[in-house]
Amino acid sequence: MNRMFAIVEREMRKFFRSPTLMIMSLMMPILQLLIMGNAFGGKIVGARVAVVDYDHGPQAVKIREGFDSIAVNIKTFTTVNYTDENEAREDVRTGKVDGAVIIPAQYSRRVYAQDAPRIGFVVDNSDQFTSGSLEGEMQALVTALNSPVIQPRMANAIALHIVELYPYVGYMKFLLPACVALAMYISVMIGGGMLYIDDKARGVHEGYLVTPITKLELVFGLNTAGAIKAVLSGICLTVIGSLMAGLGVIFNPMADLELLCLIIGTSIAFNGMMFLLMVRVDDPLVPRAMFGVLNLLLFYPSGAMYPITAFPAWLRAISIVDPFTYCVHGFKAILLKDGGFAAIQFDLLFLFVFGIGTLLIATPLFKRTL
Amino acid sequence: MSTQAFYPDQNLIAGTAAAIEVSHAVKRYGDFEAVKDVSFAVQEGEIFGLLGPNGAGKSTLIRMMTTLIPLTGGNAVVAGHDVAKEPDAVRRVIGVIPQALTSDPDLTVEENLSIYAKLYSVPKAEREKNIASVLEAVDLTKWRGAQTKTLSGGMRRRLEIARGLVHNPHIFFLDEPTTGLDPVSRIAVWEMLDNLRRTRNLTMLLTTHYMEEADKLCDRIAIVDHGTLVALGTPIELKHSVPGANVVEVHFDRETSEWKERLEGVTSVQAESAGFYRVLTSSGSRTTMQLVELAASLGETLTSLSVQNTTLDDVFVHYTGRQLRDEQVKPAAFTMPPRPGERP
Repeated sequence: MNRMFAIVEREMRKFFRSPTLMIMSLMMPILQLLIMGNAFGGKIVGARVAVVDYDHGPQAVKIREGFDSIAVNIKTFTTVNYTDENEAREDVRTGKVDGAVIIPAQYSRRVYAQDAPRIGFVVDNSDQFTSGSLEGEMQALVTALNSPVIQPRMANAIALHIVELYPYVGYMKFLLPACVALAMYISVMIGGGMLYIDDKARGVHEGYLVTPITKLELVFGLNTAGAIKAVLSGICLTVIGSLMAGLGVIFNPMADLELLCLIIGTSIAFNGMMFLLMVRVDDPLVPRAMFGVLNLLLFYPSGAMYPITAFPAWLRAISIVDPFTYCVHGFKAILLKDGGFAAIQFDLLFLFVFGIGTLLIATPLFKRTL
Repeated sequence: MSTQAFYPDQNLIAGTAAAIEVSHAVKRYGDFEAVKDVSFAVQEGEIFGLLGPNGAGKSTLIRMMTTLIPLTGGNAVVAGHDVAKEPDAVRRVIGVIPQALTSDPDLTVEENLSIYAKLYSVPKAEREKNIASVLEAVDLTKWRGAQTKTLSGGMRRRLEIARGLVHNPHIFFLDEPTTGLDPVSRIAVWEMLDNLRRTRNLTMLLTTHYMEEADKLCDRIAIVDHGTLVALGTPIELKHSVPGANVVEVHFDRETSEWKERLEGVTSVQAESAGFYRVLTSSGSRTTMQLVELAASLGETLTSLSVQNTTLDDVFVHYTGRQLRDEQVKPAAFTMPPRPGERP
């Protein structure tokens, strides 16, 4: 055991002597959280919509009042008056405006006559996010216009009453579990994968192999050190990320215990997987080449960015065996929902079984000789 | 010019124990035979050198003896333990200095030693004492707290040696211990190794491609070439095994060969470069006089003339048909250290 701890001691001393390594393994996930959390979480503000009014009647004025209300309150868009429908359409195409509303002639008369009145809305659907937001606002405006002025005493339409279980989850909060998983992956990839192969290539392992250390002591020493590094990385990012995203769950001791279990389970799973992948690799270029591919293969199918239920069957199959999936699910369950051990028990079971399983497969593959 | 192998004292002196016994060792990588039926024995307390060019199989031999790679055939016994059957017992009694500098650059000198002492399960009280002792032996005491990356190449090599001694081994394996060092550091390492052998009663086996190192440091030398042991003996025995006691190095101002046929009592004449020849002779003074006279009579101009005793280089030439230093020059431009498990 002492020999195993000597390996752990060496790895940890090395880790703490290289602050750059520690910082870099945390930097990318924090930047991702900061940039993607802010870039993707926002709403459309200040878009420009052309209004071509061929009617000028009282109902057209009502629409314009609705637009003014949006421009002043939610500020999704402001309007620009056009006199020619073709010019407005062309400006949407060339990007001068983001959409164009066409109020046809006789619109007010058709409203009063209840003769299927219509408003035209030209959108640039090459930008689905902007066009979707504008369509949403326009649809809300039209629904408001269709509502009767005097509400009936008995509602005759079916209404959907939505109950949100949790407070509003901003995109940064949504992204945090993925970023914690990513930080731990980077830590394992650099601290466990790349350094392990670099040491092998530099002959450091040759130094170990001429000592009486056993194969098990060496394997468990290297993996324990790798897991400790990943745990430290996971704790750092969970705390920093939660504070950045404004999640107060980390101040709940029970949730902290659950998070710690999840971080340890994830560390063991990632480390076991990495050790299995690297156990027979000698070339230092291999882990560097694998870094991006493995990240893509593990991160995106995990449901970190997009729900797994939307994936095709083959991608769902990857997500089932991907330890990222259970890590991300577990962190979401605690950080966003404070779901307790009941919500993460299967995630923990999978992560520990996966980690120990991969380690058990890798150990016989580890060569005690060169 | 290859000559029959010379093994004057391969068997140990009666009554002395063998620290290392290698018998018919073979190492194959697929079809390639890196070590071919090599046998030798190393006495307790001696410094034994494996001398040969890069790729001769020296490192493969040392790796087999230190349990790093399995033997394909034959066997090796180190301190009475078979390397194949009792590798752990072998590892406990040996210290190994690999060719590359493998001490951790981010750790201090003392931390590097402490971690290796722990890997050898040296008890804590003994560990402190051993570290202090080896640091003193390699003259690094005042650098014990320095990070390894701040040390010079010579100091790092001394640290490697200290690391190999921290558990008080009986047998010390050194794979090219002075490669990459400047001449001053190299001599310092030689003196240190000689001192360690005397004060710690160590048996040492080292590989080298430096003839001077083998000559000055080793009690006995095994010359290895293409995986085969071609000669074994003390440096003096090896030199005496070569016909001709002296080497005359003669430099003409141009390439010329007429004088060669007229020269008497020489063993061989080897052309080194344009106008430069090495003449192996039993009498250096007589051959020198002949050369001066011949040059005068043939109208050739001698630019330099020197007489030397036979060197290990001459021994190498005698047994392999080529010069050791030629072998060193070829790959010297840039050589990556072999990766673990890779063919040497």
